[in-house]
Amino acid sequence: MKLITAIIRPFKLDEVREALTDAGVSGITVSEVKGFGRQKGHTELYRGAEYVVDFLPKLKIECAVTEAGLEAALDAVAQAARTGKVGDGKIFVQALERTVRIRTGELDDDAL
Amino acid sequence: MKRATPSPSFPRTREPSDFAVATKTEATPLDSRVRGSDGTRKTEGAHATIGVTGCIASLAAALLLPATVFAQEAATIAPTPDKGDTAWLLLCSALVIFMTLPGLALFYGGLVRAKNVLSVLMQCLLVFSLVAVLWALYGYSLAFTAGNAFIGGTDRLFAGGLTAASLAATFSKGVVIPELVFFVFQGAFACITCALIVGAFAERVKFAGVLLFTVLWFTFAYTPMAHMVWFFPGPDAFTDPAAVEGVLAQSGFLFARGALDFAGGTVVHINAAVAGLVGAYVVGRRVGYGREAIKPHNLTQTMVGASILWVGWFGFNAGSALEANAVAAQAFVNTFLATAAAVLGWTAVEWLGKGKPSMLGAASGAVAGLVAITPAAGFVGLCGALAIGAIAGVVCVWGVGGLKRRLGADDALDVFGVHGLGGIVGALLTGVFAAPALGGSGVWDYVTQTALPGYSIPAQLWIQLQGVLVTVALSGTVSLASFAIVKYTVGLRVTEEAEREGLDIASHGEAAYEH
Repeated sequence: MKLITAIIRPFKLDEVREALTDAGVSGITVSEVKGFGRQKGHTELYRGAEYVVDFLPKLKIECAVTEAGLEAALDAVAQAARTGKVGDGKIFVQALERTVRIRTGELDDDAL
Repeated sequence: MKRATPSPSFPRTREPSDFAVATKTEATPLDSRVRGSDGTRKTEGAHATIGVTGCIASLAAALLLPATVFAQEAATIAPTPDKGDTAWLLLCSALVIFMTLPGLALFYGGLVRAKNVLSVLMQCLLVFSLVAVLWALYGYSLAFTAGNAFIGGTDRLFAGGLTAASLAATFSKGVVIPELVFFVFQGAFACITCALIVGAFAERVKFAGVLLFTVLWFTFAYTPMAHMVWFFPGPDAFTDPAAVEGVLAQSGFLFARGALDFAGGTVVHINAAVAGLVGAYVVGRRVGYGREAIKPHNLTQTMVGASILWVGWFGFNAGSALEANAVAAQAFVNTFLATAAAVLGWTAVEWLGKGKPSMLGAASGAVAGLVAITPAAGFVGLCGALAIGAIAGVVCVWGVGGLKRRLGADDALDVFGVHGLGGIVGALLTGVFAAPALGGSGVWDYVTQTALPGYSIPAQLWIQLQGVLVTVALSGTVSLASFAIVKYTVGLRVTEEAEREGLDIASHGEAAYEH
């Protein structure tokens, strides 16, 4: 099992969700986050005070997938979230040790 | 506040209603200057500034006896307040109150961080209420009864003698208003002036410190300034050239010198701004100032507040005519135009200089224009108002940028950069654009009931500058002493921990928003 964590542009959420569903991923968790990568922030000016805002709003999507479904899910996110400009985000993959479906008690692949 | 005269370009027609009061003239007050036989100019002030001027005092009548004799000129018929004037001034009083609550509170509240918004709203509400009470107890008496050139007397202490039958003078001979109307109109000015100050030291000051400072500053800075600029015995006292000297001797110091301040450029704006600047220095900078982003939390709220200020300012400026007449209309229209010009001026400079026109900039421009037209409102023509507004809008951009950096104080909400600088610009430009040659009304002579000939811009500018300097000196000194007293008694500044947590929770035990 793998845990996919993707940082994407907020307006790309619907496309990414559809692509993941098509790739067989049955559930995702979404959080609103702020951060920075290579994309520059922007400047805000309030009367005489200028602030450089480095942390830009992004969405973090987390989904657990089986080993077999990993590549399809990665492709789905990468394709759907891409605009080709700096700031499209990143995808991280981590090994996942255990998964439990709370309602039934199913474990690991069966719980995905 | 006020005095104004119809400018020569005005058709001086009389409405039929003008004949309702036998002695009513359309003229409104202004300072009168009289030329002595030696060729020197003496000013006799009849200007009014805050409105009210003391007319009250002047009238013994006001003192207790309803139909009394006014000033030295015994009216053949006891004047009766005009219903239109009374209605207008009551409405204007409500508008000026609306400027503070909620106008100023929202304007300031939106500019602070979310963790401090309630503290600012609370300071505005409590300062307003505190000053309203003090106004009745002793403030009104010290500001608007006969005393000496610098402070009034005790005739109205604890509102003594202030009844529905009391009358106050206006800026026209023989025209009066109920003194209660004058009392509440001027009281609203006192309240907003004290509330203006809190923007300078927002987000780090102790609530008890704000209240104690307000009591001290209101007593020793506001009441003498109001008296010096606005108090005079009323137009009826100017019976003939020989009476002028004596009338001026009973008037406020700056009034007698001939300083023009229609609605409070010195008394309200410069006065409060200097107090704020001193406070910003004494209280010190906010934690993280210059290192962390300290941004306005709700500019929508700020825009609503600025708009309420603009609407309320029609009462502030046009009400300062103390009558519902052409001078009030002049002040109203000037308040409409100068503010718009200032919005355009600030926005243009910001757009050209910084690349983007901001909403906060446009709203700040509106306030700068309102401040600048305040002393000039009833004295200048429409083009003069446009010029004053545009200049103030442009200059105040520098006030919140270059000047602010140079001063080095953390004037949190730019009280000095907008109100102080805008007030000074307006006070000085009043001396320029009040000139009849530039469409202004000139200086009114109550004796001859005409504008004085030979208006001199340099001479009036010098008088205006004196008004500014006196205000800066008095407010600066009183503020410094008051903050020192507060600092070593109830304390001036919250702990760093409380400041980081936010004053809403730390000082008031509540939060504005659920996150």
